[in-house]
Amino acid sequence: MKIWQILVKEILHRWRQFALGLFAVIVAVGSLTGALTSLKVHDLHTQKILTEKEEETNKKMAILEDEMRKATLKLSFNLLILPKQQSIRDLHLKGYPSEYMPEEYVTRLANSGIISVRHFLPSLQQRIKWPEKRRTITLVGTRGEVPNLHKNPRQPLVQPVPPGTIVLGYGLHQSLGLKVGDKVKLLGREFAVHECYEERGSVDDFTAWIHLREAQELLSKEGLINAILALECLCPGVEDLLGNIRKEIEQILPGTQVIEKGTKALARAEARIRVGQEAKAAVERERQHRAEMRSEREFFAAVLVPLVMVACAVWVGLVGFNNVRDRKAEIGIQRAMGFRARQIMFLFLSKSLIMGLLGGALGIFAGLGFGRWLALEGDIEGIAAGELFNPGLFLLALITAPVLTVISGWLPAMVATRQDPAEVLREE
Amino acid sequence: MLEFKNISKSFDGPEGKVIALKDVSLSVSPGELLAVRGPSGCGKTTLLLTAGGLLRPDGGQVSLNGQDPYGLNPDERSKLRARMIGFVFQQFHLIPYLTVRQNILAPSLALPVKEVDERAEELISHFGLDSRAGHVPAQLSTGERQRTALARALLNRPKVILADEPTGNLDEANADIIFSYFSQYVADGGCVLLVTHDVRAAAHATRTLQMVEGQIVQYG
Repeated sequence: MKIWQILVKEILHRWRQFALGLFAVIVAVGSLTGALTSLKVHDLHTQKILTEKEEETNKKMAILEDEMRKATLKLSFNLLILPKQQSIRDLHLKGYPSEYMPEEYVTRLANSGIISVRHFLPSLQQRIKWPEKRRTITLVGTRGEVPNLHKNPRQPLVQPVPPGTIVLGYGLHQSLGLKVGDKVKLLGREFAVHECYEERGSVDDFTAWIHLREAQELLSKEGLINAILALECLCPGVEDLLGNIRKEIEQILPGTQVIEKGTKALARAEARIRVGQEAKAAVERERQHRAEMRSEREFFAAVLVPLVMVACAVWVGLVGFNNVRDRKAEIGIQRAMGFRARQIMFLFLSKSLIMGLLGGALGIFAGLGFGRWLALEGDIEGIAAGELFNPGLFLLALITAPVLTVISGWLPAMVATRQDPAEVLREE
Repeated sequence: MLEFKNISKSFDGPEGKVIALKDVSLSVSPGELLAVRGPSGCGKTTLLLTAGGLLRPDGGQVSLNGQDPYGLNPDERSKLRARMIGFVFQQFHLIPYLTVRQNILAPSLALPVKEVDERAEELISHFGLDSRAGHVPAQLSTGERQRTALARALLNRPKVILADEPTGNLDEANADIIFSYFSQYVADGGCVLLVTHDVRAAAHATRTLQMVEGQIVQYG
């Protein structure tokens, strides 16, 4: 006969009482582990939300950037490189440049290593009489974009007009009753209608676009152009953007002048930067919000967990007192048999210790289970229970829980040892 | 073996001080079964617990095998009790979750006994409990319970058995069995202090005392 046999048999005999105490320890340790695990889950959730938000923002920014890139072109946010002798007054009065410069300039620019401009669009423009249709139009010869060889390649903003074809502005194709695929003669040369533009409400509505080479031939301006449209002229964050680009271009092409085309677009571009900054601020706000939520949870845990632990400790103590009361006669006869006080103490404290160890271990798993449930509720995929498991916490709970139960069980154990066996035996 | 000299003991009751023992002197020698009889509340149990070192008297001296148990510290007193005394109670006081064998072996936790398992088997056999050794008290008859309690009291081969109404819950046949065990124990050199109001005890006792209101009033 060993004393631990009495211990185990008594636990099994009064298992409901033991289960009540065990439950209290599970609740105490579970609330501690659960609170800490929920903070960990919160952190993982925060990480997930911020990552998603950042990815979403990046995607949106990419779309926005693309849209802005196109909008920049539509709104003529570009620079116009003109021959130096071109009068700006004439340009505005006529609506097109009247001076010429070598087409080779555009190649020189593209090869120059300029970084503030992404695309170059050489053009030859002239107002002409369209004798076959008896009307005055603006004829634009363009060969499409010349990419900047020193920047990452991107989709061209403007598709070139294929040779032998013509693109018509809204006013022209509407008034002439032309549609894509129709054949039309211009200055004696036949062109197939390649595209009919929607209404733009500008001079474009009465403009026809053909390939640059053909325009040069029709206008007898071989090897010449009168404007280079510099597209996507933007360096975010650079003050005096226009001044910088202008200086750069004029260094490469001394015989030219640079004018800005469309300040609204610049505002849009700046707005894009602001949107970008706003998006970053939104992510930062979310981060801040999550941090505040974490602080609230920390505060809640800091208040609630100790309260729960104290309540559970009191509960364990009450269960202990109840156990002492139930075992009054048993303690009395054990004392009569010659059991010493420390043996009685051992029986009670060992029971508290077992309760603490078992409850501590189960409480940890309950807390981890709660955390895992939270993770699933929070739709955080791929979190294994093991990821939430903290060996340090496990050790802490396994030490703290038995210490707390032994402290809680101390007073009842003391009462048991100090119980007067004579009083019990006399009562019986 | 056991000697009381002018023992007195009183308790504080709801209606003032209650005198449980008043100037009681007696002695029990080896080979003697002393029966103390008296009505309920006359102080019999107090006398027994005082003899067992469980209830310190207000006055007088208790001597157990020449030692005053109340002159010892609590641990030494527990050891003395484990070595010298076996208790038997009317309510048996068996530990409910231990089997008959484990209940009989329980005193060995207070005082290690040589070849304790053999001793327990000997007692189980002696008290006719072989078929009940693996049963818990709730599965036993009252007679079997009391025999188990008596076997437990004898495990450490005590010099004195202090028995408080051991036959109070037993029928005549079982009471006779218990008395016969006491007689045998006394014949083997042990001594028994038996407090009871069972008139049959006189037939087995070597001496009988009558107690009234905490005092020995009649020597038999």
